[in-house]
Amino acid sequence: MAYAGDDELLEHVTGKEYEFGFTTNIESDKAPPGLNEDTIRLISQKKNEPEWLLEWRLDAFRVWSEMVEPEWAHVQYQKPDFQAISYYAAPKKKAQLNSLDEVDPELRRTMEKLGISMEEQKRLSGVAVDFVLDSVSVATSFKEKLGELGIIFCSMSDAVQEHPELVKKYLGSVVPKTDNFYAALNSAVFTDGSFCYIPKGVRCPMELSTYFRINEAGTGQFERTLVIADESSYVSYLEGCTAPSRDENQLHAAVVELIALDHAEIKYSTVQNWYPGDENGKGGVFNFVTKRGICHLRSKISWTQVETGSAITWKYPSCILKGDHSVGEFYSVAVTNKRQQADTGTKMIHIGKNTNSTIISKGISSGYSQNSYRGLVQINKSAKNARNFSQCDSLLMTDHCGAHTFPYIEVKNSSAKVEHEATTSKIGEDQIFYCLQRGINEEKAISLIVNGYAKDVLNKLPMEFAVEAQKLLAISLEGSVG
Amino acid sequence: MLQIKDLHANIDGTEILKGLSLHIKPGEIHAIMGPNGSGKSTLASVLAGNEDYEITGGSVAFGDKDLLELSTEDRAREGLFLAFQYPVEIPGVSNINFLRTAVNEIREYKGEEPMSAGDFLKLVKERSALVELDGKLANRSVNEGFSGGEKKRNEVFQMAMLEPKLAILDETDSGLDIDALKIVAQGVNAMRSPERSFVVITHYQRLLDYIVPDFVHVLYKGKIVKSGSKELALELEARGYDWIKEEVSA
Ligand SMILES: Nc1ncnc2c1ncn2[C@@H]1O[C@H](COP(=O)(O)OP(=O)(O)OP(=O)(O)O)[C@@H](O)[C@H]1O
Ligand SMILES: [Mg+2]
Repeated sequence: MAYAGDDELLEHVTGKEYEFGFTTNIESDKAPPGLNEDTIRLISQKKNEPEWLLEWRLDAFRVWSEMVEPEWAHVQYQKPDFQAISYYAAPKKKAQLNSLDEVDPELRRTMEKLGISMEEQKRLSGVAVDFVLDSVSVATSFKEKLGELGIIFCSMSDAVQEHPELVKKYLGSVVPKTDNFYAALNSAVFTDGSFCYIPKGVRCPMELSTYFRINEAGTGQFERTLVIADESSYVSYLEGCTAPSRDENQLHAAVVELIALDHAEIKYSTVQNWYPGDENGKGGVFNFVTKRGICHLRSKISWTQVETGSAITWKYPSCILKGDHSVGEFYSVAVTNKRQQADTGTKMIHIGKNTNSTIISKGISSGYSQNSYRGLVQINKSAKNARNFSQCDSLLMTDHCGAHTFPYIEVKNSSAKVEHEATTSKIGEDQIFYCLQRGINEEKAISLIVNGYAKDVLNKLPMEFAVEAQKLLAISLEGSVG
Repeated sequence: MLQIKDLHANIDGTEILKGLSLHIKPGEIHAIMGPNGSGKSTLASVLAGNEDYEITGGSVAFGDKDLLELSTEDRAREGLFLAFQYPVEIPGVSNINFLRTAVNEIREYKGEEPMSAGDFLKLVKERSALVELDGKLANRSVNEGFSGGEKKRNEVFQMAMLEPKLAILDETDSGLDIDALKIVAQGVNAMRSPERSFVVITHYQRLLDYIVPDFVHVLYKGKIVKSGSKELALELEARGYDWIKEEVSA
């Protein structure tokens, strides 16, 4: 059939303009561009941080200064000029909010455009939203209700002030401050992010949700997230991102650390939809993220991600399965379109006995994009009876895009069982024809087929998020006809 | 209902339909038989709007519309349904979700409101019963892992759900066991109405014992070379196609 040959149609169908490309006009307090020890002192001082944290940042900076940007990923880009970035920006109107109604009207409009209107948020009862705009949290909700259970859910800045002992104990404990180039940079200059602590035996009754948003032109984003689930606790954490459209590249280098203590469970879900750049790959967010969790005895960490945005995605949410009988899961859908490049996957490091990991990765490539899965399954000597199952599928929408799979498997214990399956397929023209013949238009047909393909992963998302993710997949792969 | 005049169609430069004409009135059932490779599925695909085929001549009127001017999805929305000879699998998409999308797309085209979830489920229950389709199949992914017979049953179930004006059944009987054949035929008969027409493509006269056609046509080398009543099917069953081939070449 002629669909794939109809480049024009496909381009039209898959080339929908970025829907959330708009800028919020909130006055900001912004540091001049450049990075040196003084910049770091400025950040630390602005945030009124304790001395140990300043030293921690400076250590990271000194190591970072000696590091070189890694080049092993299957991505090509103009390296950012780290001296041209401004490392601090804070909205001037930082209000103490008692209710969602007090949120800046400009910000509310932004959220409404994103389809997360306050009304909707309220209706989605049980979702507490910590909204991060330009590195500083401006709205935190449901704090009280969580407080009753002893759950701490706040901005990283507040956590540094109010819970310094927890921050000091766990910050950098999973992703050391000098772990890699981007993590070291983040450690030196992070301005805000989210902090979450679930006390022993507490099951967090609602999804904790943070919407990240890049707002200031030329402002790098260095978010820091720390989630600690104390013994026998449970938390489901949602992270969602969109960004306004820009002509210059925006760097984003976040670090997320998860700590699941004995018998605890953390579910961490992400929908990432940053500006991917235009048809020619101009503009778009560079997303270099380090996400890692550590599992103690009989604990579990699940990473679920739906990646549709960014010009470059470099991201490997990982699990260190330290405790015996601990479980790590990674479920991912990565969509690339136009000139986007994604190099994403996971690392499962098995240390404890009877540890178990599952990897399901679904890549969808369209346009002229490149989509790579890179995964490491490492079974250490101590990891007796470790199990891993990996499935990596790639779906190609056009003849110009690329899908690549780089599985690395290192097994040092012979009792381990590691299974890896991989498939690559082209979207079926016969499937599209079948849908058309039932009266379903091409756009909806592609959406149905792609969502069906990604179902195993989408099913892992919390309900409200799954709906949003489905919309996102549709938006990233189809356009409004006409 | 459907008026095909001197239809010519190519695939990859090879002419497959070579001047085919056929007139179907509302409520009629036309059986199309013919040797393998004669162009029966091609005719079905061309009518459904498969863009692999190039129409090089002739015309097709569907109601008051020029069928060949309509997009594939609009043909479906106008009421043309094709039960595929080889139904495709769509992993991860539930039959129910798929059909609900289809039903509502068709309703939207007609300017109707989407069907409520309750009404839809009621209809699913009623129509799946017509072909005795296992309720579990309705919730499974479209055709994924279905047996050959289940796929065919599912096609007829979809037909019953979408209530087309014209249904083309391409070898819906192949792969069905004897009991299933009766059930599927009953399902088709239940959907018969004075407004709804059927084109039944088959190799076996047996199906026509259950779905009794008004006309039987023989398609050979891209043309209808013989038409007759139900008795023609019996004759073909008894004598094969050689005598027809001889008649054509004579
Ligand atoms: N791409 C192609 N190029 C050339 N010829 C083709 C192509 N596709 C199909 N054909 C031919 O078109 C002819 C008609 O095929 P069609 O599927 O319509 O036959 P049919 O009558 O349905 O046969 P059957 O009874 O076996 O189902 C066959 O000879 C087939 O080989
Ligand atoms: Mg055929």
